[in-house]
Amino acid sequence: MSPLLEVEEVTAGYGSVMIVHEVSVRLEAGELVTIIGPNGAGKSTLLKAIFGLLPISAGRVRLGGDVVTDEAPSRMVRLGASFVPQTENVFPSLTIRENLEMGAYQLSGGVGERIGEVLELFPELRERTGEQAARLSGGQRQALAIARSLMLDPKMLLLDEPTAALSPVRRGQIFERLMSIRERGVALLMVEQNAREALAISDRAYVLVDGRNAHEQPGPEMLANPEVGRLFLGLDSIEDGETDSGGA
Amino acid sequence: MDILQLVIVGMVVGSIIGLGAMGLTLTFGVLKFANFAHADLMTLGMYLAFFVVVDIGIVGPHVGPFSFGWGMILAVLFAWGGVAAFTVGVDRFVFRPLRRRGTDFLSIGIASLGVAIALQAVVQAVWGSAPLRYHSEIHRALDFAGGLKIKPDQILIIGLTLAMALALYLLLHRTRLGTAMRATSDNAPLAEASGIDTERVRIATWVIASALTAVAGVMFALQSQLRFDAGFEFLLLPMFAAVILGGIGNPWGALVGGLIVGISQELSTEWINTGFKPGVPFALLILILIVRPRGLFGSETQWST
Repeated sequence: MSPLLEVEEVTAGYGSVMIVHEVSVRLEAGELVTIIGPNGAGKSTLLKAIFGLLPISAGRVRLGGDVVTDEAPSRMVRLGASFVPQTENVFPSLTIRENLEMGAYQLSGGVGERIGEVLELFPELRERTGEQAARLSGGQRQALAIARSLMLDPKMLLLDEPTAALSPVRRGQIFERLMSIRERGVALLMVEQNAREALAISDRAYVLVDGRNAHEQPGPEMLANPEVGRLFLGLDSIEDGETDSGGA
Repeated sequence: MDILQLVIVGMVVGSIIGLGAMGLTLTFGVLKFANFAHADLMTLGMYLAFFVVVDIGIVGPHVGPFSFGWGMILAVLFAWGGVAAFTVGVDRFVFRPLRRRGTDFLSIGIASLGVAIALQAVVQAVWGSAPLRYHSEIHRALDFAGGLKIKPDQILIIGLTLAMALALYLLLHRTRLGTAMRATSDNAPLAEASGIDTERVRIATWVIASALTAVAGVMFALQSQLRFDAGFEFLLLPMFAAVILGGIGNPWGALVGGLIVGISQELSTEWINTGFKPGVPFALLILILIVRPRGLFGSETQWST
């Protein structure tokens, strides 16, 4: 059986500047896969290219066996993919409820029930659905962004540094939520700078360096592999901490 | 009492400016550029209505005490359709290609200025330079307490503006399309990533703004007269002043801004020569930009009132 997502030797970037070169990534149904790498490695660029937010100049993306290279984001959503950007990932002037409704824009009915189901995972948002998203804290915004992305019951979630700039406590909460989402059968492909925590919960992980595949290993094994941190990330070991400070 | 009469006239003028400004700020909010052709779209609207009631001659029996016949309703719908078709077409062939090329908002604004000049020339070529009216009858004012005189059309202008503002509020806050418009205004890439067809939302925005624009244009012609240069001469600057006064991207602010501009313009004639009246929006614009650049109702997020 073919993987849920298959990225085959994709090259992509901004205009004529290519950031990602012939990168291949695979995601099985229900899997949690993390992409780590130093600053400027092209991790965020890869996610955006997969989701159709950036043009792919070479290579192929398959979702559920179908070629979806350069499909528009609205089509990717229809095919069961969802994307959570790193920043500006909520609609600030809309209420929490309206943000969730916009996540279900392609749903013709049953939006209210779906909001109820999604908010079971995010109880801190349940009592505040009438509040403007602009008033939420960083962690709550991130929770809302993930909740919005789940509204159409996607098969696959692409997350761009979901715990960036969050406190350790908030980070832990977000990772717990991600594990719950995986338990519900949603596959997750995540770019993450907090490598230690991310690898601990990942089925597999990729290291990207200079826009190219550098290494692939099961998450916990990569976490215990001192060579990965030293050779690819410029750290004595991954246990040392974050791998970068932003996504390219 | 003269002052009160001036305030009433100011409210009428302000309603026209405010309704136009609501359309202007709506397109700015969703499309992210200042549409300098907006005032000339009002001109197009007033002339398209003229085409129906005068050129074709669909007048119909008088509507109550107003100056026009039932044909005006058809004329306004025709004007709306015409302005909507024009704006959607211009977006498709001018603004969208620029948007997709990543052109900055200033350059798209300059392109809209080109559209404005072309549109004005077309209106002048088709209907001529002489001022026109929908009818030649005298439209009598109603007498109110204290010697106040208000024409039925003027009452309609104020009432219709408030009704359309309410309808826009309900559309933006009570419908899925309206929420999608606000979402696209907030963050278009995120709206697209959420599965919203943002191009459709943009088209819908043009169509809705066209309703406000066409009605405001017809109102201007009812209150004053049809002039091919009405957009540039009388409407563009007051509308921009209203938008900035109310807080860019805030439709309700634009309406209040329009009323402030209209009333100040008319009240100013009590102390300064009428010829200087058009300078009042300039003065208000400069004042608000110095004192409160984000406008009276501007906030960190749009659509917040």
